[in-house]
Amino acid sequence: MKDISKAIHKVDSDEKISGTAKYTDDYVMENMLYAKTVRAMVSKGTIESIEFPDLPEGYFVVGPEDVKGENVVNMIFDDWPVFTKKAINYLGEPLCLIVGPDKATINAIIEAITIQVKEEPPTFDFTDSATHRHFEKGEPEKAFKDATKTIERTYETGYQEQAYIEPQGFFGYPENGGVTLIGSIQCPYYVKNAVMRSTGLKEDTVRIIQADVGGAFGGKEEFPSLMACELAAAIQKTGKPVKLIYERSEDMAVTTKRHPSKIKMKAYLNEDNTIKGLKVHVSLDGGAYIGLSKVVLSRAMIAVSGAYTFTNLDVSGDVYKTNTVPNGAFRGFGAPQMLFAIEMFIEHVAREVSEDPFAYRMHHLAKQGDSTSTGGTFRDPIILKPMIEKAKKASNYDALRRDYQNKDVFKGIGMSLFLHGCGFTGSGEADIIKAKVKLKKDEQDDIHILIAAVDMGQGPKTTIRKVVSDILNLPIEKVHYPNPDTLNVPDSGPTVASRTAMIVGGLCARAAEKLKKDYVKGKEQTVHETYVQPKEMEWDEDAMQGDAYPAYSWGVNIVEVEVNKGTYQIDVLKMTSVYDIGKALDEKIIEGQIHGGQAQGLGYGYLEVMNHKNGRIEQTTMTDYIIPTSVDMPPMETYIMDNPYALGPYGAKGAGELTLVGGAPALAKAVEQAIGKDIHKIPLTPETIMELMHHEKN
Amino acid sequence: MKKTEFTLNGKAISLEKDPSKRFLDVLRNDLGLKGPKEGCGEGECGACAVLIDGNIVNTCILPLANVHGKTVTTIEGFSETRKFEVIKEAFKDEGGVQCGFCTPGMIIATESLLNKNPSPSDFEIRIGLSGNLCRCTGYELIIKAVKLAAKRGEGLW
Repeated sequence: MKDISKAIHKVDSDEKISGTAKYTDDYVMENMLYAKTVRAMVSKGTIESIEFPDLPEGYFVVGPEDVKGENVVNMIFDDWPVFTKKAINYLGEPLCLIVGPDKATINAIIEAITIQVKEEPPTFDFTDSATHRHFEKGEPEKAFKDATKTIERTYETGYQEQAYIEPQGFFGYPENGGVTLIGSIQCPYYVKNAVMRSTGLKEDTVRIIQADVGGAFGGKEEFPSLMACELAAAIQKTGKPVKLIYERSEDMAVTTKRHPSKIKMKAYLNEDNTIKGLKVHVSLDGGAYIGLSKVVLSRAMIAVSGAYTFTNLDVSGDVYKTNTVPNGAFRGFGAPQMLFAIEMFIEHVAREVSEDPFAYRMHHLAKQGDSTSTGGTFRDPIILKPMIEKAKKASNYDALRRDYQNKDVFKGIGMSLFLHGCGFTGSGEADIIKAKVKLKKDEQDDIHILIAAVDMGQGPKTTIRKVVSDILNLPIEKVHYPNPDTLNVPDSGPTVASRTAMIVGGLCARAAEKLKKDYVKGKEQTVHETYVQPKEMEWDEDAMQGDAYPAYSWGVNIVEVEVNKGTYQIDVLKMTSVYDIGKALDEKIIEGQIHGGQAQGLGYGYLEVMNHKNGRIEQTTMTDYIIPTSVDMPPMETYIMDNPYALGPYGAKGAGELTLVGGAPALAKAVEQAIGKDIHKIPLTPETIMELMHHEKN
Repeated sequence: MKKTEFTLNGKAISLEKDPSKRFLDVLRNDLGLKGPKEGCGEGECGACAVLIDGNIVNTCILPLANVHGKTVTTIEGFSETRKFEVIKEAFKDEGGVQCGFCTPGMIIATESLLNKNPSPSDFEIRIGLSGNLCRCTGYELIIKAVKLAAKRGEGLW
């Protein structure tokens, strides 16, 4: 067998480079109509009346009364209406669509609508808990009582916008007595289930097709279901093809974002200054509807130990409802907030008790056989120590850390250590997703991979084809993997949670092995595989106890910065990283994914500022919301370890989210060294740094 | 209405349309060229970029009238050139493509840069691509691709 990691050309590069790849907005159809959303202009209130102007012929209002099934968007927690009827819970909440043949006329109609609303006082702070969760490890109460010293800090993180370059969009048309929707989506079956529920249509009349997707990063996980339900209602009412594409400003104002957080950490120390236990509370701003937030909260809470092992834990968390745009999935899914907090905190604790921070972290480092934060077990080898050594050597960490102790240089170098649980949290894969895959061999002996996994740039079309073609010993051209169409593919689950290569890829590998065994040349054959939970995994969802994930990926990031003494602007000089993702299914693809994740992680730490003012998102353009450009990004040096995971295809574990979560804390630690102050809050804008510099006691 | 006349991908075009119409809409909707993409609509992301007289221009903030008398090359036209082949192979070899939405703009930016500076330094490449946003790659492999294209394309630019 050849080495699977060896890079090949991505199978979809040609059409993307030449501009012939077909994204949602590239679809057109005769008699196609456009749709635009009419939105609430207050943060909280009750609609008293909506007056529409006289509509020209061929124009329609599509509102709550046109939702033929349930007026709810099917998600994990079903509290989002498709269109709100009376109650307005956030500024920008959809009231109805205006649909018609000409965009300018649609805009003029929307301008002429009069909406009477009885305004009510909105809530923007953390007072209205919609979900509370709690778990313990060890005997926290006893441990806390015996502690010789306690240290307490609070950490805060802001919004982060996915900022995929292709805005959200759907195109759809009536077909087969129902609707067919083509969209920029991560989860074809989430959309299908949502549309079936909102339209009342049966399974065989709702068809969802994935267009080429121009980036997603979690932003196209649950939000597209809302748009799809709206558009389906419009198609049913008009009987025509309809297109709903967001402009950038609309996309940034109303789509889901990373939850702002506030995390309180309290360390209880032993006599020798080591950590006896932690008491942690995480607050997430859920926005107006809960949606996926409870699951985001779980991942945040479970990540509490970071790359360390603590014997005693008392961890609680709340998702607070506020009258702001609902927050949701974004690469990392709660972990970036918690990993920022724990990575800063362990360093802050070490410094406060005058221990060497690096040695202190090494002392607490997780190792194989340790129990996880939820009392599960790290069963597989943890190779963090050699990874740290490699990263330190490659970045010249020790020498630079020493040199930058000189306060006059205003430079710093920081290191983050982190992990990411691969796949759905807890029993999600076994109880909720139950992934199914199908491989079909036709009479020409071509193989068709039939799965719902979406290639949104991260490369499964290439990597999973590599896996299947390698197992069957076929050229990759004989293996096909078209964009998922729910008419043809089984539900292999959503394209989220760093699960595609490991879980779906793993099932495809098993299916390919099965096919290989029964292979008959020139005969049509079909094989199915269904997910089975690794038998040693046990999880109690209510108590949050047991193995939260089947496997963990690990990372080390080292970031070097210079802070401008006059403007307090941060210049990132270099980033060095080492990852254990089990086994790379393609070295180039993972390298690219690492760079991209790191760019988002660094951006989260210092560039990407998003706020709301009285419920209105203040940054709604790419000019106001700064994502890293080619000039902002430093040179990046990346190493990938071989540490194959027994249950992953060729040993592969999850990788997508891992690459984002370490950037912000490594950057913040570097900035701490450069400016000589403790950091508790990101993003690190020049203003934030200025406040720190001018604050005497810090 | 006054006619707007220009050369598009080697062909003479004459359009009788509102001269203030966004050129991106003219390309995508009236002329059916879907290679240029709308990412931001405010000239910030570069997904809609084309070459006008050899220089990169964002078409989402360009009125139709501004192309009068100019030579316009979109990714569709550029993809028929030898230079495109060199850039394409370099992007494939270095893995510079992920979701692909920014890619046609990146290819146009690469051509515009190499036109002015056939052997750019790393920093010059970063400056040359800084008007094109990418959210997937962190730019590193795109920068490598541009470097490789410059090296392989010796004499072409």
